Amino acid sequence: MTGPLVLGIETSCDETGVGLVRGHELLADAVASSVEEHARFGGVVPEVASRAHLEAMVPTVGRALDAAGVRLADVDAIAVTAGPGLAGALLVGVSAAKAYAIATGKPLYGVNHLAAHVAVDQLEHGALPAPAVALLVSGGHSSLLLVPDVAAEVVPLGATIDDAAGEAFDKVARVLGLPFPGGPHIDRAAAAGDRDLIAFPRGKYRDGSYDFSFSGLKTAVARFVEAREAAGEPVPVADVAACFQEAVADVLTRKAVAACRAHGIEHLVIGGGVAANSRLRALAQERCAAAGLQLRVPRPGLCTDNGAMVAALGAELVARGAVASGLDFAADSSLPVTTVTAA
Amino acid sequence: MLLLAFDTATPSVTVALHDGDAVVAEESAVDGRRHGEILAVFIDKVLRSAGAGREDLTAIAVGTGPGPYTGLRAGLVTARVLASALAIRIDGVCSLDVIAAAACAEAARTEAAPTEAARTEAARTEAAPTEAPPTGHGGTDFLVATDARRREVYWARYCAAGQRTDGPQVSRPADLPRGLPVAGHAALMYPELSDRPLNPAFPAAAQLAAISAARLSRGEPAHPAVPLYLRRPDAREPGKPKRVTP
Ligand SMILES: [Zn+2]
Repeated sequence: MTGPLVLGIETSCDETGVGLVRGHELLADAVASSVEEHARFGGVVPEVASRAHLEAMVPTVGRALDAAGVRLADVDAIAVTAGPGLAGALLVGVSAAKAYAIATGKPLYGVNHLAAHVAVDQLEHGALPAPAVALLVSGGHSSLLLVPDVAAEVVPLGATIDDAAGEAFDKVARVLGLPFPGGPHIDRAAAAGDRDLIAFPRGKYRDGSYDFSFSGLKTAVARFVEAREAAGEPVPVADVAACFQEAVADVLTRKAVAACRAHGIEHLVIGGGVAANSRLRALAQERCAAAGLQLRVPRPGLCTDNGAMVAALGAELVARGAVASGLDFAADSSLPVTTVTAA
Repeated sequence: MLLLAFDTATPSVTVALHDGDAVVAEESAVDGRRHGEILAVFIDKVLRSAGAGREDLTAIAVGTGPGPYTGLRAGLVTARVLASALAIRIDGVCSLDVIAAAACAEAARTEAAPTEAARTEAARTEAAPTEAPPTGHGGTDFLVATDARRREVYWARYCAAGQRTDGPQVSRPADLPRGLPVAGHAALMYPELSDRPLNPAFPAAAQLAAISAARLSRGEPAHPAVPLYLRRPDAREPGKPKRVTP
């Protein structure tokens, strides 16, 4: 399938992402990450991320254009994450995208980061069935969304009331002495653990809402580890990692499947960095199959923050003839999920 | 030639277009929270009002600060993207130098009876003048100081002719040299800095454009468009996780 060629720019957190997409086809996905600079701080330092975005922007766009074998002049439109995310980091991407729009004379779309996480699935699994339910889980967000139309209408069903899921992974990793970012390290450690050994609490499990809570779980893990240390016993890192991960995956998939059932929806999309977690993927697959639901999870490289997801949503907007954002929209660190395109 | 100049290192967002002889369009606004919204709109505006297209641009000049990081970066990333996408020269100019040049130019205008030659010289203050310097700041050294937030200022020291002799650096207001005229809006925020505040409060892109156009006409290479942060990011390495067991 052919379609508009869109350059997508993403700088909401610590990845400078630049993607090139034609319709539903991924042409290039270049990412410069400052994650190593944040590792010793145990979390993303906004100013460090923003400085890295400034340095990475032009080179990363160059790499994406080279990889796709296209010139900037070939691009039909530019899309950029307008929010939500870190204010200073967003501003670098939004300013850059506006400058590319001026330099090319092409329309500019400021888009919602969460909707982009959903739209990216089109690059892998084709047109998104509407409506769908989307579960977006990362270090910055944990949301359950009803998606009647990814290019126009996104309705929040629930969100975390305290820590984001990915944040809980980072904090538990610290308690277990594992490096930042916690997600991949916990996943690896958990492979050798028994996920049924310790029953960690599942926040808001049976409250009938679509909200999440991971703060109690994080505290329970810390308490367990401290009790072992106090008793002079070794901490069973693999088992703790496996049981923590199980608790997160259980509550996320349970609520996502319940949301699909309640709204009579057959398609569940999962995105965000935590969607790279092997246990979340496996349990989601298992539960969707049991409930007769179609599960769509992009490959891990497209689940984490990237420019291709922004380009994918941009391409959808262009294909629909959506109104461009103009040059005066603001980067909005708390852009509501219901706002798909910034005006 | 057509040079596009802008600065976002202070609460002012300022954009100018310079054709090699003079500024042909200019937009400025003081709105420290909306650099990212205003800058691109102003660039579009000055191009339109000069009847020029993006393809007519031959050079970019950008203020490199020092300035509070977020706004400063909006200007720098815009400049870097435009220069790379249009394949044109990019020249970085210290934002305090822009204020200093304007202070000298104003001095020449208001105090000495300015000859045409002096005015031209003042407009191109980067070149070390061989004749008597403008005397508006009393013919003495002066400072330029801008707000660095957290009760600190960015500042630099200039000789009467407008050449930077010290800085830029970031300090508490109390640690600046005393008894000198001070240009820049920090002189208004911290009256104790000087009993002789000078204009202007903020850098003007017209002045920035004049500095860069003068460099260009002298055949000087561009200066790097690298932000003058002058501070390290605030970040502390975490200690051990806090205990949760009572
Ligand atoms: Zn994300």
